[in-house]
Amino acid sequence: MNLKEEIILPKKNLLDVNLKEIWQYKDLLFLFVRRDFVATYKQTVLGPLWFIIQPIFTTLIFTLIFSKLASIPTDGLPPILFYMCGITCWNYFSESLSKTSNTFTTNANIFGKVYFPRLIVPISIIISNMFKFIIQGFIFLLVFIYYYFNGFPITPNITIAALPFLLLIMAGLGLGFGILISSLTTKYRDFQFLVIFGIQLFMYATPIVYPLSLAQEKLGSYNWIALANPMSSIIEAIKYAFLGQGQFSLLHLSYSFIFMIILLIVGIITFNKVEQNFMDTV
Amino acid sequence: MIQISKVSKMYRLGQIGATTLSDDLKRFWFKIRGKENPFLKIGEINNRENNGGNYVWALKDISLNVKKGEVIGIIGKNGAGKSTLLKLLSKVTRPSTGKIISRGKTASLLEVGTGFHQELSGRENIYLNGAILGMTKNEIKDKIDEIIDFSGCKRYIDSPVKRYSSGMFVRLAFAVAAHLEPDILIVDEVLAVGDAEFQKKAIGKMQNIASKGSRTVLFVSHNMTSIKALCNRAVLMENGKIVKDGNPSEIINYYLNTNTEVSYTKEWDKSNRPLSYQNLELLKIWISNKDNKLNTTLSVDEDFLVNIDYEVTEENSKIGLNVILHDSNQNIISSSINNHEENFYHQKHPKGVFRSQCLIPGKLFNSGTYYISIFMFGENFSDGKLLEFLLKIEIEDGILVRRDYHGEYQGVLRPLFKWVTKSLN
Repeated sequence: MNLKEEIILPKKNLLDVNLKEIWQYKDLLFLFVRRDFVATYKQTVLGPLWFIIQPIFTTLIFTLIFSKLASIPTDGLPPILFYMCGITCWNYFSESLSKTSNTFTTNANIFGKVYFPRLIVPISIIISNMFKFIIQGFIFLLVFIYYYFNGFPITPNITIAALPFLLLIMAGLGLGFGILISSLTTKYRDFQFLVIFGIQLFMYATPIVYPLSLAQEKLGSYNWIALANPMSSIIEAIKYAFLGQGQFSLLHLSYSFIFMIILLIVGIITFNKVEQNFMDTV
Repeated sequence: MIQISKVSKMYRLGQIGATTLSDDLKRFWFKIRGKENPFLKIGEINNRENNGGNYVWALKDISLNVKKGEVIGIIGKNGAGKSTLLKLLSKVTRPSTGKIISRGKTASLLEVGTGFHQELSGRENIYLNGAILGMTKNEIKDKIDEIIDFSGCKRYIDSPVKRYSSGMFVRLAFAVAAHLEPDILIVDEVLAVGDAEFQKKAIGKMQNIASKGSRTVLFVSHNMTSIKALCNRAVLMENGKIVKDGNPSEIINYYLNTNTEVSYTKEWDKSNRPLSYQNLELLKIWISNKDNKLNTTLSVDEDFLVNIDYEVTEENSKIGLNVILHDSNQNIISSSINNHEENFYHQKHPKGVFRSQCLIPGKLFNSGTYYISIFMFGENFSDGKLLEFLLKIEIEDGILVRRDYHGEYQGVLRPLFKWVTKSLN
């Protein structure tokens, strides 16, 4: 019998992501996704309805405050549709980020007792959030269809085809930021507090409650801030694809894509470094 | 199968805060200049009672070769590094220095029920836990009926595990683990779960795994009986090092000899009485003086009593006891059987709690360290259970036998023999 030989050394190669091993544990990945889904809303009356209640109410509140009270323009789009599109996408990113960012701390007791590729956990979070996003996206589509057939000026176009690609970048950004922060959190919990309000601030740096065009117009020479944010171009592109307003800029999207790739590499290096010994410091 | 060469593991003690940050910066500074981690040099031998530096070696230069099919028991005091070694082998954390080579699929069982989710049903948890331990979905599917049967939780298998009693939870968790089929199995003190009946089942299952000869098992336990029953090799660890390696009975004897603290009384919990033979269950063994009070200062001059408290769990039981004394090297020096107690021995006794006392006379043994073992038997002498080295006692010097002699007495006895001298003139 030919048995697999394994060598355990003090340090492993930092870019060594054993994709084959992750593939071997795909059943575990699937079970984690399932667990997240099944267990989240057990013993609640509304159950999975919570998935859609949250974006609907946020949309209503945003409409009330940012559109009605503060009169921030929405590129001429119906405010509800405008906010809902942004919120649904943002939710995916922010939840992926915040949940993956405690990978090590919340799973310390499992990680301390048994080995499996640690990346399974953040990846499973990204996937289960993807399902949640699809459910929420479905609600958005219903609202979208309502507005469309009632003659509102929305012009969905062929760029919708780029949606999977845009989602991929968002997932990558969420994963990248998440694992990077989770790696830093194992030793210094300061980052946990940073994440909580950091995500809130991050949202205002992303064109969710305002259109990018407005930011560029009003911020003048500061408009690089809005563009430096890799999430901006994605949100804008999705809005453009479905609603016909926004910016679909290949230049900005490729910036986001490259940003995501670099972030993922840095994230994985840090994650790999931390996962080897984090049990000693967590 | 497993080759461990010069493996060490260092831990940092204390809180993590600003000091850690400064250490990290220092380490980084050494690293960019291409120097070795400065903190690896200042580690100390792990001794929990010592005050000292912030860095400690939990393991130091461990080398061990494990062959295929070996079942190795790792023993040692708490803090000797046993669990750390298992953690390194199961890849939960990495060594600070050294190298481990292993061949084959490893499964580790450092805890039962890792990753169980309270809200999920028993069945769902079997899948989840199985996958965490490295089984694929199909493997679990093939074994699920067997696992459920073994756990004895069939009726509750579709209820969430938060409704389970703690015993059921543990049994289900162990059942999953028991059905792993790795080449190398790493087990940390997990057999001590559940009630006596389930423990028997668990040990049986382990024996089954071990006896097949195709699995390599590393097994940490404080229970010497299970080490003896399961292992064909034992390793003794002390302060992060391997101090002895060899035949389980030898190693266990050595360990007990060097590590039993002096004790004049030992008591066993009602719920957990491992020391039983047939219908006799040992409750307590203790040394007293003649007033039946616990005695911890024995002297060469005075009598003392070995008290054996036990429960008879069946009507009409016959009770046989033998008190065995050993010297400090654990050689037997005497046995005393209760067959002189005419109206007790070989009589039938009702259920209940009894105390048998064996009087060890003064002016017989020398000062020094002695061990006491008990042999419990029922109908006949040859059939019983030996409970070794239950007590380690210290008999101190006295003046009565000694009189005006101030030197040393040799041997294990210091009896007061009678002297008579006559003039032959």
